Amino acid sequence: MNLHPIWTIFKREVSATFNSPVAYVVVILFLVITGALFWLPYFQEINILSLRNFFAQAPMFLAFFAPAITMGLLASEKRSGTLELMMTMPVKDAHIVIGKFLSSVFLLAVVFATTFPYAWTLDMLARGFETELDWGATLAGYIGLLLLGSTYAAIGLMASSFTKDQVVAILSGFSICFGLYLIDKLVGNPTGGMATLLEYLSTSYHFNNIARGVITFSDVVYYLSLIGVSLVIATSSIASRRW
Amino acid sequence: MEGKSIEVKNLVKHYGEVEALRGISFSVEPGEIVGFLGPNGAGKSTTMKILTCFMGATSGEAKVAGFDVFEHPDEVRRRIGYLPESVPLYEDMIVWDYLAFVAELRGVPANKREAAIEKTVEMTGLWEMLGRTVSELSKGYRQRVGLAQAIIHEPDVVILDEPTSGLDPNQIVEIRDVIKTIGAEKTVLFSTHIMQEVAAVCDRIVIINRGKLTADDTLERLTRRMRDRFDGFQVSVTPGKKVDAPAIKKALSTPGVKVDEVSREDGALHLRISSPGDQDDLRRDIVASAASGAFELLELSLFRPSLEQIFRTYTSGATEENLDAADTTPAREEEEE
Repeated sequence: MNLHPIWTIFKREVSATFNSPVAYVVVILFLVITGALFWLPYFQEINILSLRNFFAQAPMFLAFFAPAITMGLLASEKRSGTLELMMTMPVKDAHIVIGKFLSSVFLLAVVFATTFPYAWTLDMLARGFETELDWGATLAGYIGLLLLGSTYAAIGLMASSFTKDQVVAILSGFSICFGLYLIDKLVGNPTGGMATLLEYLSTSYHFNNIARGVITFSDVVYYLSLIGVSLVIATSSIASRRW
Repeated sequence: MEGKSIEVKNLVKHYGEVEALRGISFSVEPGEIVGFLGPNGAGKSTTMKILTCFMGATSGEAKVAGFDVFEHPDEVRRRIGYLPESVPLYEDMIVWDYLAFVAELRGVPANKREAAIEKTVEMTGLWEMLGRTVSELSKGYRQRVGLAQAIIHEPDVVILDEPTSGLDPNQIVEIRDVIKTIGAEKTVLFSTHIMQEVAAVCDRIVIINRGKLTADDTLERLTRRMRDRFDGFQVSVTPGKKVDAPAIKKALSTPGVKVDEVSREDGALHLRISSPGDQDDLRRDIVASAASGAFELLELSLFRPSLEQIFRTYTSGATEENLDAADTTPAREEEEE
C-alpha cells in the first residue's frame, strides 16, 4: 500500500499549524497554565523531587487541550469543501485521518518538549542537595503524556469528523475525553468487577501507572486501542458522506 | 485511450426521499468539451460527485476513462481532475505551495513536480500570483487556482462544476479561455446554467432537468431542431389603428397562416407569423401584403430561437420525446420577455 499521502497530509498540516498563530498560542497557553499549576505550589510544599504533580494535572488539562488542537482538522475542511476535493484524489480516507492525527501528535510532542526546562531546573535543584532527578520516571512520565495526549487527540479528531462546526467539535471532544477521565471517580467506592471495569476505562488510572514510572503492557494497549477505535470511527464518519 | 471518456448509464441517486437523479445516460468521447446544463437543483453536481468517486449512486453505471467508478475508484481518481462548485482551497497556503501539495497528493513524481506546476501555471495564467496567499486572491484568480489543481496531474478527464459562477464578465471570458485551452488536450465536462457559455466553449450539450436527461446534442443541431419545430418569421410592423394580429392575418392569403402578437415596443408591433406550408411562399405573401399597403413592414427575419429559449424549452419540464406536446412553449416564453 502506498503510504505517501499520509506524509503529504502530515507535512501540510504541520506547516499550516506552524505558519499560523495556532501553534504558538497553544504552546504558550500550555506553558503558562501547567507552569502556574505546577510551580506556584511547588515551593510551598517542597518535599518531593519529581515532576509527579506536573504529570498529575495532565489527564484533566489535556482533556480540554487536545480537542482544542484537533477541533478544526476535519470540521473546517468539511465546511470549506476541501475535504470533498481531497476525497476525489487518489487518497484513502484512512490516510487523511492518519495524516491529520499524526500532525496533532507532532504538535503535542513539541508542546511537551518545551516543558523540558521543568525537569532540568528540578535536576539543578537536586544537585544542590547532592542528589538527582529520577530521569527514568521522568521519561516514563513523558511517554505517558504523549500516549494520553495522542489518545485525546484521536478522540478530538473523531469528534471533529462528526460535524462541520468547530465549536461542536471541541465541546463533544472535550465531553468524551473528560468523561473518560472522570469515569472511575463518578462511583464512590466501587468494588469487584465493576471497579475493575471502570478503572480499566479511565484514562487517568492508566496514566497514573505510567506517571509512577511503570509502563505496563496493558496500559499501552489501552491507549493504543482507544486511538485505533477513534481513528476507525473518524474514517468511517468521513466516508459516510459518500452515501 | 480507447472507448469513451465518460459513460453514464441509467444513473439513479436518491437522497432519502428526494430523487436527485432519475436514470440519466450519456457519454463523452475523448477530447470533447461537453457542457452539462440544467437549472439549479437539476442534478448536475450530484452527477459530477458520482463521476469523481466522491459519492455512490443508488443504481446505474458510471465509467470514467474506461474504469467503473464503483469498482475501480482508485484508477478513476488518478485519471480525473475535479473542481467543485465552491472552489475549495486552503486559504492559508501560498499558491505555489498549494499546487505542490496537490501535485504530491495526486501522485506526480517528485522530479516532475516542478515542471508540472510550471506548465499548469502557464496554462492558467497564474505566474504573478504564485507567491500570494490564497486568501488574498480575487475570485477570478481563485478560480484559476482551482482549475490549476484540477489539471496539474495531466488527467484524461477534467470535470468542472460551474467554473464561471460568481465571476464578472471579464473574468468569465478569461476563465472560458482557460477552459478552451484545457479542452484542447483533454476531455472536459463542465456544468453551467449559462447558455452563452456553452455556445462559446462546447462541442456538445447535455441538458438535464429534475434528474432526467432532456437533450444531448450539438448546439447547432438543437437550434435547428427548435427551428424546425417552431418555424416561421419574426415580423415587425408599424402599429396603427387597423394594424393588429387579426388584421394582418386577414391581409395574408397563405392557407392556415398563424399570426401571434409577441410584443409592442420601440414603436413597433412584433409578430410571429407561421404557416404549415412552404416558408418561401409565406415570405412572399408577407412581402406582397406589405407592398399592397396592408401594413408597413419594418423588419422580416427567420425565427431564430435564442439560447435562452432553447435552455428554457429543454428545462421547463419538457423532454426530447414530449417536446411536441409542449409546442407552443417558445412563443409563450417570448411573450414573457
